[in-house]
Amino acid sequence: MNPWNHDVAKDEKDLVDVQVDGVWMQMPRGLNVVEVAHRAQKFIPHYCYHPKLSVVGNCRMCLFEMGTPKMGPDRKPVLGADGKPEIAWMPRPQIGCATNITPGMGIRTDSALVKDCRNGVMEFLLINHPLDCPICDQAGECKLQEYSVEYGTGASRFVENKVKKPKNVDLGERIVLDDERCILCSRCIRFSSEVMKDDVLGFVNRGSHSTLTAYPGKSFDNAYSLNTADICPVGALTSKDFRFQMRVWFLKETKSLCASCGTGCNVTIGSREGKVHRLTPRENEAVNSQWMCDFGRLNFHYLESKDRLHRPLLRAAGEQFPGTWADAIQRSVDGLKKVKPEEIAVVASSRLTLEELFVLKRLLAELGVNRVDTVPNPGQADNFLRSGDGNPNSRGTELLGLSSGGRKLGSWGTEIESGKIKALFVLGGEDLIASGLPASTLAKLDLLIASGILTNETTRLAHVVLPGAAFAEKTGSMVNVHGRLQRMTRAIAAPGEAREEWTILRDLRMALTGGNSFHSVEDVWKSMAAEVSQLSGLNWARIGDLGIQIESVAQAAGVKAG
Amino acid sequence: MAISQYRLVFKHIDSPGYTRDIACYQKHGGYEMLKKGLAMGPAGIRDEVKKSQLRGRGGAGFPTGTKWSFIDPAKVTKPIYLICNADESEPGTFKDRQIIYKDPHQLIEGMILSCFANGVKLAYLYIRCEFTEGWKILETALAEAKAAGFLGKNILKSGYDLEIYVHRGAGAYICGEETGLIESLEGKRAYPRIKPPYFPAVLGLYMCPTIVNNVETLCNVKHIVEMGGDAYAKIGRPNNTGTRLLCVSGDVVRPGYYEFPCGALTLGQLIYDVCGGIRNGRKLKAVIPGGSSAKVLRAGETYKMKAKDIHGNMVDRDVKLEDLPMDFDSLAAAGSMAGSGGVIVMDDTRDMVECLANISTFYAHESCGQCTPCREGVLWLKKILARIADGHGKDEDPTLLKDVADRIAGRTICAFGEAASWPVQSFLGKFKEEFQLRIRRNGTAAKTDTVSLTH
Repeated sequence: MNPWNHDVAKDEKDLVDVQVDGVWMQMPRGLNVVEVAHRAQKFIPHYCYHPKLSVVGNCRMCLFEMGTPKMGPDRKPVLGADGKPEIAWMPRPQIGCATNITPGMGIRTDSALVKDCRNGVMEFLLINHPLDCPICDQAGECKLQEYSVEYGTGASRFVENKVKKPKNVDLGERIVLDDERCILCSRCIRFSSEVMKDDVLGFVNRGSHSTLTAYPGKSFDNAYSLNTADICPVGALTSKDFRFQMRVWFLKETKSLCASCGTGCNVTIGSREGKVHRLTPRENEAVNSQWMCDFGRLNFHYLESKDRLHRPLLRAAGEQFPGTWADAIQRSVDGLKKVKPEEIAVVASSRLTLEELFVLKRLLAELGVNRVDTVPNPGQADNFLRSGDGNPNSRGTELLGLSSGGRKLGSWGTEIESGKIKALFVLGGEDLIASGLPASTLAKLDLLIASGILTNETTRLAHVVLPGAAFAEKTGSMVNVHGRLQRMTRAIAAPGEAREEWTILRDLRMALTGGNSFHSVEDVWKSMAAEVSQLSGLNWARIGDLGIQIESVAQAAGVKAG
Repeated sequence: MAISQYRLVFKHIDSPGYTRDIACYQKHGGYEMLKKGLAMGPAGIRDEVKKSQLRGRGGAGFPTGTKWSFIDPAKVTKPIYLICNADESEPGTFKDRQIIYKDPHQLIEGMILSCFANGVKLAYLYIRCEFTEGWKILETALAEAKAAGFLGKNILKSGYDLEIYVHRGAGAYICGEETGLIESLEGKRAYPRIKPPYFPAVLGLYMCPTIVNNVETLCNVKHIVEMGGDAYAKIGRPNNTGTRLLCVSGDVVRPGYYEFPCGALTLGQLIYDVCGGIRNGRKLKAVIPGGSSAKVLRAGETYKMKAKDIHGNMVDRDVKLEDLPMDFDSLAAAGSMAGSGGVIVMDDTRDMVECLANISTFYAHESCGQCTPCREGVLWLKKILARIADGHGKDEDPTLLKDVADRIAGRTICAFGEAASWPVQSFLGKFKEEFQLRIRRNGTAAKTDTVSLTH
């Protein structure tokens, strides 16, 4: 996918000898010196270099001292007392990003010359920088700040007037630019042109007056524009959504998943005191590399929507009133007991986790309910990360046999009308009315139970409304459209009395069938892994932060196509 | 005048009755060498150029034959391009302009020969934007050459095809840096490329093998074909062969362009004999010998140089400034460079602070801004120098200037970093007391300068 991938060796077994800060070691041929130093646990600072973008070598922060084997008169390397080649050091420092290792290469990452180079670049980058860290959103995750501590000096020698440049430039729908903070590394330009094929950013003017800008008359608002705010090493590009909202050092970081489509981009949820402030992509080469789409990234504000369901609701005298969980569960149980199992239909949801679905599966098996399906939710595939499946866990519902991809669902309207279906349990906030079922049909039901996150037309008609947890509020696992099993981790608590759906289903099950209780979501996983062959032998530790492939990509695609 | 010029490239330039049209050029033997060269074959020409030891005349002095040998037309599957670098922009240099304006066919003939020698089917003539007239002259000359069958399909029925396109530069000094030039030719900002991996011989124009040669260099190829590489190598001195076009400007009686065998005359002879000495009876103070980026030489200096004594042993010899031979190796040994041949002479009334501030203003204006040390450092140098010149210098400024310059040179993508730093390093190294004096006198010195404080 990515033509660069500088951090990935072509062949991990094709090794060459290199000397890094006096120590000989073996490293994969063809890696650049920044990556080799990284593997040798020596850090070479850099601004413009990015492993997923082309190399331009403009920041000069990764200058290092390079040597090659000293050649004798016989054109063979001269060996030192240790039997290793002696190294002839070049007087000029080289850039680590554009230098690929060769056999016998010497690399110095911390010599006096290298330190002076870094110190010089730091001084140059700061002389015209506004030094407005107190009001800069990048503060706390800014490479200029970070490297100032490591490689800078305490005082400035610059007494001239600074270069003035445009500030608060509206680059596009979601990105704001401060040209005075920009260090002209061109990462954003390269991301846009190389990854997004949207060649809209560029530099104008010359020398220290060089200025990042969008092409006249064009706006920088491709579907992935916010990734540039992530890869901008300084506070030049900031997200309109996140800027001035929260100092980043207060954010709790939780490794989780984006739930806005079937790709399941790995994300870090940044939250503080029960509020999600941002999502940022978390690197996973098997899924989303270091990117995510702007839609998914910003699709968390609904967590605080005024339509959020905070308490269980019970219908009485044609209106919904808040009730306790005990009442809500009891009312559901009473209603379900009044009908036969074959008169019950369940809309499972591909927005739920595997664990939630598994508790549901147990419950349905114990009740003898067979009528279960999910609502398809087509997404907007874009040939990059966004999937044509708008649900995050369609493969999971298929894996547990809880979905026919909406085929069964099609006849439920007439079956409700004819009285074959008397009770309907809609999970995961699915809105059947939005999916085309008339409200008058739903009104014919003896019992409508709806769990979900936001109020919708279906919850408004429900006899019992069970408030659930959104993606950032629950822990569990999902299978993406490519057959990769991945973990979702709770970052914040659900608001009010809303609960993770697996606990709702557990309580229902206990009350209905007396089924064994699960004490934790790990308990659910253990039972599920013992029962579902594709998951056998897996535990959360094995799934890890980056997930694990449980079906081949081709298999997943085949099932979907079939 | 004790020393007489040896006019090879400038042979016809300024001679009475000589015009730039093809008829006149042919009347003086023009395009005869093309016929000879086509008969010699590509390898034949390449051999002669190698034997000639011709060194590039653009500034770096890299051996042309070696540059050509990086590309083997027999092995290359991509197109090979040749670009004539006519972006002459180094302050103090005005030699290529004479050729373009007064003898364009000489350049075109040299270019065709060089293209033929290297299997080039398509060549570009990148001329600096400001040479508006030169651009028109070249277009006319190329049309004439094409009409006469020296360009285009099946040149002189040899089966060799070549097209040459003129491309006007983008009005920036950096467009003369060969990889910046290539970027500019491709229609992009003239940001010099990183080397490795983008060596023009491997990944040049449109990522194809590319040869970039200076105007004067290409003209010399014609003369090498004419006289043979060995005969050409006898002009000048070993490793400094052929003639050199020198552009003398500044405080001499007769500034102008001259041509001499490389190293055949000394700096003293050039200034005093050829150019009639320092104007108005004043004294020499300093010389920049190879374009404004070359390190300045101070009057009265002596340099240690290797030379053979009467017994043939190599010994160190003290050489006075005036006795420096005007060739690549001698000027390099004196700590400067022959560069582009622009000799800038300064007399004893010149204020070195003003001179350096002027040079730095140029480089600050021309830094392309791609890489950090040059982009930020060169403007900083300019601002400090402007401040000193304006009477607001600080005691620590000379040290700061040197420090900044030292942190630019050798750490940038292209040689512009050196071009901007060398003047600062050398002026401060050699005229430090003038900077200190200016700072001590802050505000009280008589000021006639107009160096601006803002940029």
